[in-house]
Amino acid sequence: MSELLIKNGYIFDPISGIKGDKADIAIKDGKIVDKVSSKAQVIDASGKTVMSGGVDIHTHVSGPKVNTGRMMRPEDKFFRGSYRGGIIKQGKRMEMGFSIPSTYKTGYAYARMGYTFTNEAAMPPLLAPHVHEEFRDTPILDQAAMPVFGNNWFCFEYIKNKELENNAAYVAWLLNATKGIGIKVVNPGGTEAWAWGENCTTINDPVPYFDITPAEIVKGLIETNEYLGLPHSVHIHGNNLGNPGNYKDTLDTLRLAESYKAKNKFGREQVLHNTHIQFHSYKGTSWADFESGAKEIMDYVNANKNITCDIGQVTLDETTTMTADGPFEYHLNQLNHIKWANVDVELETGSGVVPYIYDKNIKVCGIQWAIGLELALYAKDLMRVHITTDHPNAGPFTRYPCVIKWLMSEKARKETLDTMKWKDKVIAASNIASMDRELGLYEIAMMTRAGPAKALGLAAIYGSLVKGADGNVAIYNLDANDLPSDPELIEAAFQNTAYTIKEGVVVVKDGEIIAEPHKYTLWTKVNMPENAQVMHDIKEKFTKNYTVNLENYAVFDEHVHNPRAIELDVA
Amino acid sequence: METITMTLVQEPELFLECYSVTPDLFAGKSLAEIADLPAHEGKIQWKLGDFFKFEGKAGETAADTKIVVNGNVRRMKRFGQQMTAGEIIINSDADMYIGGWMKGGKITVKGNADSFLGIAMEGGEILIEGDAQNHVGSAYRGDWRGMSGGLIRVKGKAGNDIGTAMTGGTIIIEGDAFIHVLTHAEGGTVIIKGDVEGRVGGQMVKGDAYILGNLLYPLPGFKKVATVEKEVDGVTYTFDQFIGDLGERKEKKKGEIIYGNIFLKK
Repeated sequence: MSELLIKNGYIFDPISGIKGDKADIAIKDGKIVDKVSSKAQVIDASGKTVMSGGVDIHTHVSGPKVNTGRMMRPEDKFFRGSYRGGIIKQGKRMEMGFSIPSTYKTGYAYARMGYTFTNEAAMPPLLAPHVHEEFRDTPILDQAAMPVFGNNWFCFEYIKNKELENNAAYVAWLLNATKGIGIKVVNPGGTEAWAWGENCTTINDPVPYFDITPAEIVKGLIETNEYLGLPHSVHIHGNNLGNPGNYKDTLDTLRLAESYKAKNKFGREQVLHNTHIQFHSYKGTSWADFESGAKEIMDYVNANKNITCDIGQVTLDETTTMTADGPFEYHLNQLNHIKWANVDVELETGSGVVPYIYDKNIKVCGIQWAIGLELALYAKDLMRVHITTDHPNAGPFTRYPCVIKWLMSEKARKETLDTMKWKDKVIAASNIASMDRELGLYEIAMMTRAGPAKALGLAAIYGSLVKGADGNVAIYNLDANDLPSDPELIEAAFQNTAYTIKEGVVVVKDGEIIAEPHKYTLWTKVNMPENAQVMHDIKEKFTKNYTVNLENYAVFDEHVHNPRAIELDVA
Repeated sequence: METITMTLVQEPELFLECYSVTPDLFAGKSLAEIADLPAHEGKIQWKLGDFFKFEGKAGETAADTKIVVNGNVRRMKRFGQQMTAGEIIINSDADMYIGGWMKGGKITVKGNADSFLGIAMEGGEILIEGDAQNHVGSAYRGDWRGMSGGLIRVKGKAGNDIGTAMTGGTIIIEGDAFIHVLTHAEGGTVIIKGDVEGRVGGQMVKGDAYILGNLLYPLPGFKKVATVEKEVDGVTYTFDQFIGDLGERKEKKKGEIIYGNIFLKK
């Protein structure tokens, strides 16, 4: 019977609508409750900001391509391995790496920023065991992973033949086999086309051999998602990422969701989450006349409530890009000639890894930086626009406090803009210099916990301080009534919490890890009758096409660390 | 210039990481403070004073500080790592990573140096009186940014991987070298006065290799385009000029394609 009382903090909880009121938060046996007994441990949060534990809706922290990045970039660790974190009892752990941190650094660094849940953004189904093994070794954080479906041969065939029920049965089977949480789509059709040396750069480019278009794939998967009523919506990285003029393709992708309504019991309202939308909001015809399309994109998102997005903010660092968008990584390597890894994952997906330097003295990088911030600052409903850096693609997640600083302070944006070599060209190609909007703590709470949790369909557990939610709390050294005028102090406060509490256990105190309690792996368990046709198709494809036996394919129970199933029934 | 002399009094059991021995870290410190600087032996952290006796005086700035290292430091690494100014003289052999990531100043080793000499060096000067091993002026493992400035002169011979991914600066090997010279280079100059076994300029985009001895096994990705006279280290010779690597991507400057060059003495 452990009890905890957090007294007198300024509470920011968008799910229950609390906007900085002074109040107490009570936690009993790991859950938020109305009150606790007088024996409860008391934390004095007076003069501090209290939010629920942070929720990252899109981050690449675990799995085979993350590890490929670690292996191909020993230099990412160099001069950066001296810090040791964790608790002394278990022997402090070396916190290695910058853009592709070790599993230990991942857990500790997120906890120090007040985050307690992350959603691994792309799990290749065939290699799901690797993802789950890294989950086990990532301390503190509750984690989930989305298997990729956008280039899956089963889905191609079912969608092409308009067999919605069969596709739904297959998706449910794969979520169970890989212990995944929802449907991720990466460059729909394009990664499969890459196996043929081609790409799909618009939603109407047919996939070689399968003769299906990205538009059909996305619509089919949205229909499948809502047929099943999964907690999260389809989570899309659309076609033609990272190319000038792609904002038109992005609008085409977003319009595919127009006729659909969310159907689920988890309080989710959107049917499509467009991830790292910064990479998809480019105008111009080449890198020479490259400019921001943030206004056009955000006007559409603002007007359409069935869409959510995360920004994928460029942080101007040397980082490592990694995505299941194989053709994109090839083109990126043709631009920077550094290093390139490329993988084909049989019937399911592909992947590429390329180091990249977002240099503030390169015009395009400066404009990319501006676009991400513009998207957030144009947004009307910040519950639907979330903070990410598409870690590590646009920058490491450890830069979230810096992103928050830029969003909360025009002065901080101006200071960064002033250090850019092509400042005038960045200003000419974007609207960032004219934007004086400064977000408040309530809006930051929407973008970093309440919004992502709601979009994931997990707001009853995470991202909220309502009764019954997990007792995950972040307490920041920020006086909500007297915010510091120096933006660097805002960044410092979000970098290291005064306290991070995970399920009622204090895991971080004054920026130091002091406990590593157990953690969960979240996944979606769909209860539905077995579909004989789909099971027959699966057996056939494993016999004919896969390199592994069906019996060896699914994640073994012992691979999955502390599973916590989100259950739903489909008749 | 003030001189500080450090003399080995206690041999470490394992190799010792002497990353603290730089004019930058010594400058402005008392002898006691210098003896307190960290050094690693495996995972154990010691102090420099556990192994060395210090005499003399450090200057106020790095540029005003000269460090003389006495005793056999053959098993000690990373002298002068990341130094920006001043001077280090090592009166014996030294181990790996001497002058790595160096930005300025001068290092002299009176004996031999081991591998990774001056890797990713940006400026300054390194003089090795004896031989060097592998990866002279290269990039760190996995990195694509090798030596970008400064001068490394090895009076003896060197091993393999000389100037990998080099982008600027000069390496002079007065003796022989083994294989892999200027691999992946995008600039810089390597002069080898002795013989080279082979594989010079593989995947080289830009850069110049001068070989005064024999090149035993040249790569097929280069072709002869001219015979030229060039001054190398103060002496003029006649060279056959080869361009390449023809299998690698090529960049254009002012309409002209840029090649890597290998100059073989006739």
